[in-house]
Amino acid sequence: MHGTLTEAEGFLAYLAEHERKSLLRFITCGSVDDGKSTLIGRLLFDSKLIFEDQLASLEKDSRKHGTVGDDIDFALLVDGLAAEREQGITIDVAYRFFATDRRKFIVADTPGHVQYTRNMATGASTADAAVILVDARQGILTQTRRHSFIVSLLGIRHVVLAVNKIDLVGCDRQVFERIAAEYRAFAEDFGFESLVAVPLSARFGDNVMSRSDETPWYEGPTLLQRLEEIEVSDTRLARPFRMAVQWVNRPNLDFRGFSGTIASGVVRPGDPVAVARSGKTSRVKAIVTHDGDLAEAGAGEAVTLTLDDEIDISRGDVLCPPDRRPEVSDQFAAHLLWMAEDALLPGRPYLLKIGTRTVTAQVTEIRHQVDVNSFQHLAAKTLNLNEVGVVNVSTSEPVAFDAYAEDRATGAFILIDRATNLTVAAGMIRFGLRRAQNVHWQALAVTKDDRAAIKGQKPAVLWFTGLSGAGKSTIADLVERRLHAMGRHTYLLDGDNLRHGLTRDLGFTDADRVENIRRVGEAARLFVDAGTIVLVSLISPFRADRLAARQRMGEGEFVEIFVDTPLALAESRDPKGLYKRAREGKIANFTGIDSPYEAPEAPEIRIDTGAVDATQAAEQVVAWLAERGYLG
Amino acid sequence: MSNRLSHLRRLEAEAIEIMREVAAEFSNPVMLYSIGKDSSVMLHLAMKAFHPSKPPFPLLHVDTTWKFREMIAFRDETVRRLGLDLIVHTNRDGVAQGVTPFTHGSSHYTTVMKTEALKAALSKHGFDVAFGGARRDEEKSRAKERIFSFRTENHVWDPKNQRPELWNLYNTRVRRGESIRAFPLSNWTELDIWQYILAEQIPIVPLYFAADRPVVERDGQLIMVDDERLPLRAGETPHMKRVRFRTLGCYPLTAAVESDAATLPDIVGEMLVARTSERAGRLIDHDEAASMEKKKREGYF
Repeated sequence: MHGTLTEAEGFLAYLAEHERKSLLRFITCGSVDDGKSTLIGRLLFDSKLIFEDQLASLEKDSRKHGTVGDDIDFALLVDGLAAEREQGITIDVAYRFFATDRRKFIVADTPGHVQYTRNMATGASTADAAVILVDARQGILTQTRRHSFIVSLLGIRHVVLAVNKIDLVGCDRQVFERIAAEYRAFAEDFGFESLVAVPLSARFGDNVMSRSDETPWYEGPTLLQRLEEIEVSDTRLARPFRMAVQWVNRPNLDFRGFSGTIASGVVRPGDPVAVARSGKTSRVKAIVTHDGDLAEAGAGEAVTLTLDDEIDISRGDVLCPPDRRPEVSDQFAAHLLWMAEDALLPGRPYLLKIGTRTVTAQVTEIRHQVDVNSFQHLAAKTLNLNEVGVVNVSTSEPVAFDAYAEDRATGAFILIDRATNLTVAAGMIRFGLRRAQNVHWQALAVTKDDRAAIKGQKPAVLWFTGLSGAGKSTIADLVERRLHAMGRHTYLLDGDNLRHGLTRDLGFTDADRVENIRRVGEAARLFVDAGTIVLVSLISPFRADRLAARQRMGEGEFVEIFVDTPLALAESRDPKGLYKRAREGKIANFTGIDSPYEAPEAPEIRIDTGAVDATQAAEQVVAWLAERGYLG
Repeated sequence: MSNRLSHLRRLEAEAIEIMREVAAEFSNPVMLYSIGKDSSVMLHLAMKAFHPSKPPFPLLHVDTTWKFREMIAFRDETVRRLGLDLIVHTNRDGVAQGVTPFTHGSSHYTTVMKTEALKAALSKHGFDVAFGGARRDEEKSRAKERIFSFRTENHVWDPKNQRPELWNLYNTRVRRGESIRAFPLSNWTELDIWQYILAEQIPIVPLYFAADRPVVERDGQLIMVDDERLPLRAGETPHMKRVRFRTLGCYPLTAAVESDAATLPDIVGEMLVARTSERAGRLIDHDEAASMEKKKREGYF
């Protein structure tokens, strides 16, 4: 206290100033060895953000792992993982923080290797600007193009092209200008609002924070000057109000609030609001926060709204003005960046998370893939790791969205694999597909219940799954004979037989198997709708696809029957000689041999073919059905 | 209204969004409460995030039995004041085996009394998500970690194979036994923390403020003699020094710094001219190169 009072006041004034500084989030990207990590290390070092103890350990690390002789290797400041330091590469994005007198910065240092592109996209998704590095000796590489394309796709509008290692080309103006011109030419259609090229040397600091004497011909800003100048206007406030409900706040019976972060626009008490999906409307009663009710709240604020009326709202709903609603559809076109080792399978159900809502979704069509080098549109049947395409997506229920180009917060989604729980894709919605709104369901007078009643049975699909040679078809055939003898209306869809007609255009790749099961599932659904007990005999090796078929049926209509035969036993039977041929390499993608079988985790019926014969198994199934009232 | 949220308000809103997402998506959340300044900020944000409800999860403190006495007093007072549930977990086997920072070395001690204890507590209660107050500016491997950071059934972090994390669309899917560590303060810096404490008048443990305290000088570090259990080496006599702590933990492993900073503005002022990072006062980080990453991979927070 005492003598330090003025000093303390000085700090407070400094802090107030510091608090008013704007924030810029940017990424560094580009090809491997272009010097991204070195550049960030240099920025941290030059802005005096390296503490003494960190510098001491950096010097030690540099001697051990450094790639620049006896000098300090600034990249080691950012490459924080042991594997990164050992290999001298960047694997994952690192977030670093620094400030100048004018601005605060959060920089994401992203990896240059093509296999870590998803980590680069992670960094880019929250950035306002990108510094794209090019090694002056190498010029523009495929990875420069790929990263620039992804930067553009994710909606970053401000780019600095850092032509690094300019010292290694003798600070040659012509080299710099040739690279800058080439870059401008291919980035012309990327929608960048600003693009400034800077010649620099990250290792020696030329034109990073201070102007270099080595490039007297360069009259533009230093890298840091440019980063301080970039004008990031927050356009979200001018957009219509959007808030995805994250959490329903119910401390007691008298309070029901809807907590969420305002994605865009402004909200005030008294404003009319609508629930995008249901169309229900009300008015905002109060904007509740821990610090008191607010007269107004805008984009980026985390608030809790109370409404005048008790309308049905739950997590995942989007609140909006009644006259400026987002689009609501179960089909839309989107850019998709695929981020998983396992390729995209059209028709396979994935989880889709948009805002605070998670639904099941499938890619129904790949319109085209984009070649990241030439930016040409290519025909494609799938998307592999790090590939980008334009696809049609269909969701299990309608979702509310805006085009990503208009609103990053309401137009972005991720896809999650249901089996592995991995995030497999990043999506940016382009536009809704009107088809969903214009093709209405024709209501019919005679219903499924009517058709079932006349047959005196409860319709269902008996889905026999298991390895080839497990005995599925034999058991299914016996079950149908028994049911038929009992006067029940049945039909048997046999996977092998269907391949002569309904599915004869399909092969045995993962993608074709998904489509095969989808078609058989749809056919089975029609039979169930007709009141029939339908038996399906299909290897159907993937859990996700059986689950998708199950979800197309009503409650209790899908009876999964796992014909559980160990591989060795099925192979020893080998009734069709298929295992032998698969072992000889004459059949590819054979389930159990070079393609996996995912056993059901909780089938309705499990048949242990080691313990019972086919007749006993059939009796087991019929008894199960009779007990549960399927047979009238 | 001003058309741009201030830096601190942006950080605050981001942290609140993360907390609400956790509360909405997981079945059994818990908040790691270490009693330090970052935990104080995190707890304050949790009170804001769910207002007028209470935070819908308990706090968990892993007590090594070697925390500063003032920390424990502050912890109990805080929990009482806010009316929250607190779970205190201590590795009783470790205590029974006499594992202390002096007998077994700081590395083994940390593994047994902190990492193992934490994993045991998480498994025992079946928490599928745990909040931690770690910040990316603290340390190199933390700078690499996702906000929603996946842990295997054995609480292991695989830094080479993290899930992509785009926008604010956090993947919260885990199988039984797996879990997520959620870090709402990821994007805060040490300066942000202090500024926020100042702006919001958040109570913190008095040890952060300079006072005359009994210390011994050991291996170039100032260690406070918080109770009679600290074995004194030959030639060591505790003497009073005006010191404070930049970071808090187990008292034998946490070095004090000489300081006159007795108020929040003083502390922030001191920080602005500091030439060493806050983790310099943490003895366990210096044990071996890349030690934080190794500990984190093993399940440490």
